Amino acid sequence: MTANLWQLFLSFMQVGMFSIGGGYAAMPFIRSQVVSLHGWLTMSEFTDLVTIAEMTPGPIAVNAATFVGNRLAGFTGAIVATMGCILPSCLIVSLLAYLYRKYRQMDMLQNVLTCLRPAVVALIASAGLEILRQVIWPGGVISLSEVDVIGLVMAVAAFIVLRWRKWNPILVMLLCGAARLGIGLIIG
Amino acid sequence: MESEQKKPAARRLVKLFFSMLYISAFTFGGGFVIVTLMKRKFVDELHWMTEEEMLDIAAMAQSSPGAIAVNAANLVGWRVGGFAGMLTSVIATIIPPMAILTVISIFYAAFASNPYVSQALRGMQAGVAAVILDVVCGLGIKEFHSHSALRLCILGAAFIAAFVLDVNVIYIILATALVGVISALAARKRGGAK
Repeated sequence: MTANLWQLFLSFMQVGMFSIGGGYAAMPFIRSQVVSLHGWLTMSEFTDLVTIAEMTPGPIAVNAATFVGNRLAGFTGAIVATMGCILPSCLIVSLLAYLYRKYRQMDMLQNVLTCLRPAVVALIASAGLEILRQVIWPGGVISLSEVDVIGLVMAVAAFIVLRWRKWNPILVMLLCGAARLGIGLIIG
Repeated sequence: MESEQKKPAARRLVKLFFSMLYISAFTFGGGFVIVTLMKRKFVDELHWMTEEEMLDIAAMAQSSPGAIAVNAANLVGWRVGGFAGMLTSVIATIIPPMAILTVISIFYAAFASNPYVSQALRGMQAGVAAVILDVVCGLGIKEFHSHSALRLCILGAAFIAAFVLDVNVIYIILATALVGVISALAARKRGGAK
C-alpha cells in the first residue's frame, strides 16, 4: 500500500515534469505511466478517462491523477497523485518566474522549446492513434475481420465534421455517444 | 485612496481563492481558455495586474512543464500574494477537477458495466479519437509550414520512436531537449564568428 502510494506519486511527478505545452501534451505521458509501465488501467479504461477528462473542467493531468489515484488507493491516492503531478511544475514555474524577472531574455530556453514542439506533436499523434486503434479493434486483435465497422465509420465521420465543418468537439463526442447507443438499441 | 491594494492581505487571498475556484470550475477546453478568463478577472475587473504582466504569465505558463491552468494560477498567485497567494491560487484551481473526478471514479465501475452507458462511452471513444487527431492535424500542419528541416526530422523521428518502437516518451523528450541545446549552441557559435 505504501509502496503503491509512493509509486503513484513518482509516476504522476514524471507526468507533471515532462509534459510541456499544455492540453493534450500530458496524454502520452499518462498513457505511458498508467497503461504501459504499471498496468493500472487497461487501454479501454484509459480511453474512457480521456473521454471523461474532455467532458469535465480542469487539466487532463489533474483529472487523470485524481481518477487513477482514487481507483488505486481511494481519496488519499487521489491527493498523493495530484500532488505529485503539480509539484514539479510549481517548483519549475516559480524558478522560471524568478529568472524571467532577472534576465528577461532566454534565447536558449526559446530554442529548446522550438525543438520540443514538433516532438510533442508527434507524441500526441502517437497517443491519438493508440486510441483510434482501440476504437477500430476493441478486441485488441489487429486483423481485417476484427474491424469494428461502426466505430471506424463514426471516427471518420467525426473527424470530417471537426476538420472541415469546425463543429464543437464536445458536441461531436456527445453525438457519437448518442449514435452508438441508438445503434445498440436498434440492433439489440 | 480606497484602492484594492489597501485591502488587508487576508481579504485579498479570500477573493483570489473564490475567483480561481469559480474560473476553474467553469472552464472547459484547456489552458488557453482559462488564461483568457483570468485576464478578464484579474486585469479588467480587479485591476490587480497589467495586461502585459498577464501576457508574460501566459507565455511562461505555456512554456513550462505541467498543466497551463495550474502554471498560470501559480504565477498569478505569486503576483497577487506571494507564497501564500501561490498556494491559495493553486489549491483553488485543482479543487473543482479533483472533486468532479472523485465522484466520477466512485461511480465509474457501476457506470461502465451498465450496457447503455458502455455503448455510449464506446461511441464517445470514436469521437475523442477524432478530436485528438483533428488537434494533431492542426498542430502538424503548423510544423510543416515552418519549413524547418530540423523540426520536421524531429517530428518524424519522435513519431517513429513513440508509435513504432514504443520508446518511453520521457527519453524522447530528453533527447529532443538535448538537440535543442546543441542547435542553440551551434547557432550562437555561428553568430559569434560573423
